[in-house]
Amino acid sequence: MSRSPFALWRWKLLWEDKAAIFSGFVTTLFVSFLALLLALLIGIVFGMLGTSEKKPLRAINRVYVEFFQNIPLLVQVFFIYNAFPLLGFRWSVFMIGVAGVGIYHGAYVAEVIRAGIRSIPRGQSDAARSQGFNYLQTMAYVILPQTIKIILPPLTNQAVNLIKNTSVLATLSGLDLMYQANSWALQGTLSYGPAYVAAGTLYFLICFPLATWARRYERRIKEREHIQLSESAVDELMLMAEEML
Amino acid sequence: MTVVLNALRDIFTPTNSRYLFIGLVYTLTVSVVTVGVSTVFGTILALLRNYEKRIFGKIASVYIEVFRNTPLLLWIMICLFVMRFGTTFFRGTLGLTLYTSSVVAEIVRGGLNSIDKGQFEAASSQGFGKIMTFVYIVLPQCFIRIIPSLMSQIVTTIKDTSFLSGYAIAEMFYRSKVLLSKLPSQGATITGAHTLVTYGSVALIYFCVNFLLSCAVRYMMKRHHA
Repeated sequence: MSRSPFALWRWKLLWEDKAAIFSGFVTTLFVSFLALLLALLIGIVFGMLGTSEKKPLRAINRVYVEFFQNIPLLVQVFFIYNAFPLLGFRWSVFMIGVAGVGIYHGAYVAEVIRAGIRSIPRGQSDAARSQGFNYLQTMAYVILPQTIKIILPPLTNQAVNLIKNTSVLATLSGLDLMYQANSWALQGTLSYGPAYVAAGTLYFLICFPLATWARRYERRIKEREHIQLSESAVDELMLMAEEML
Repeated sequence: MTVVLNALRDIFTPTNSRYLFIGLVYTLTVSVVTVGVSTVFGTILALLRNYEKRIFGKIASVYIEVFRNTPLLLWIMICLFVMRFGTTFFRGTLGLTLYTSSVVAEIVRGGLNSIDKGQFEAASSQGFGKIMTFVYIVLPQCFIRIIPSLMSQIVTTIKDTSFLSGYAIAEMFYRSKVLLSKLPSQGATITGAHTLVTYGSVALIYFCVNFLLSCAVRYMMKRHHA
């Protein structure tokens, strides 16, 4: 038998065991979806705090964003993994992954949403308030819906990053795609080559369409003039969309 | 509270502190070298993708898209377990560099695209060849504009180096795990507090370094715009 890392027999073995890789792929999709929901929820709350007129609320936003953006995700996840059992939480690695990745990317999403809200002219919220909407109603019915169009590209790039980052679960035996590919090779014939190519292809199949769509959509927004939006905030968002990946 | 104080005393003995500090130096060195090498490689990729419309341009595009749409951990593992040359340290750092290059390539491309077309025309009217134009006119302007982004990339890479910790590469996070496992042999009774204090301290060190760097980036950007 050929000992090349990409020998044909290794690919055949991988094809026979494709169920293992596929189950990892499904886990990665589930973790990504739940973590994205959590990140959006956190992002909306902290993004709104970041545009508040009250200084303490803005400070809460800053502390959250700086804290979680400046510590490696892996260290955060390890901390949660070790801290939760001590606090009496018996969470599965799956849930720890969702929490860790969601909290981490929540900080990035908060920055996107903060810039999005700032891009809507003040007149919009003044008008809504004068019509008797309270703060939350103004946000929910007037401001946030208008931001969606412009924050979609940077948000999509965040989703791509989030999907890639769910691979931290592999370091905690989290049964995700990266872990399954690795352990299939490790426990079997050390066929790392085909296993990694398969895993990489599956990640690429979800991430590439998202990233490409975001770039095209962003270009279209740029071509149209956004006179009604506050310009510095729009610039900030465009920078985010370009640099976040 | 006393539990935490005891843990702190057990963990931060002079020897252990020194051990961890060398890990921090490693982390910073690996990050700066990675971003440095990635800047060279990324610039080549960006120039090819932007200005070479034939085979090499296509290859550069494929490289950038493949690396940007797959996880860093995958590339570190590929370099460690599939490639068969060099030390673990070299291969791990290589994986990090290959991945970071694709990110830096897009940063450089952003800088290149922001340069006015007139610069190229002016250069060629003065008799500059293609390579001369890039070396003397376009790239210097491009790099001045992307310095803040490159510095942010150092922050990202410092965070990314923690992925190397799973593979016996002695950066700071790896050393914190080793330190934790060595505590019993140093006569300490390990409690949950020891684990949390160790990881918490490392998190705090990462935070301080990265926060200072990102403040510096923001300060530079503010001065640039003013």
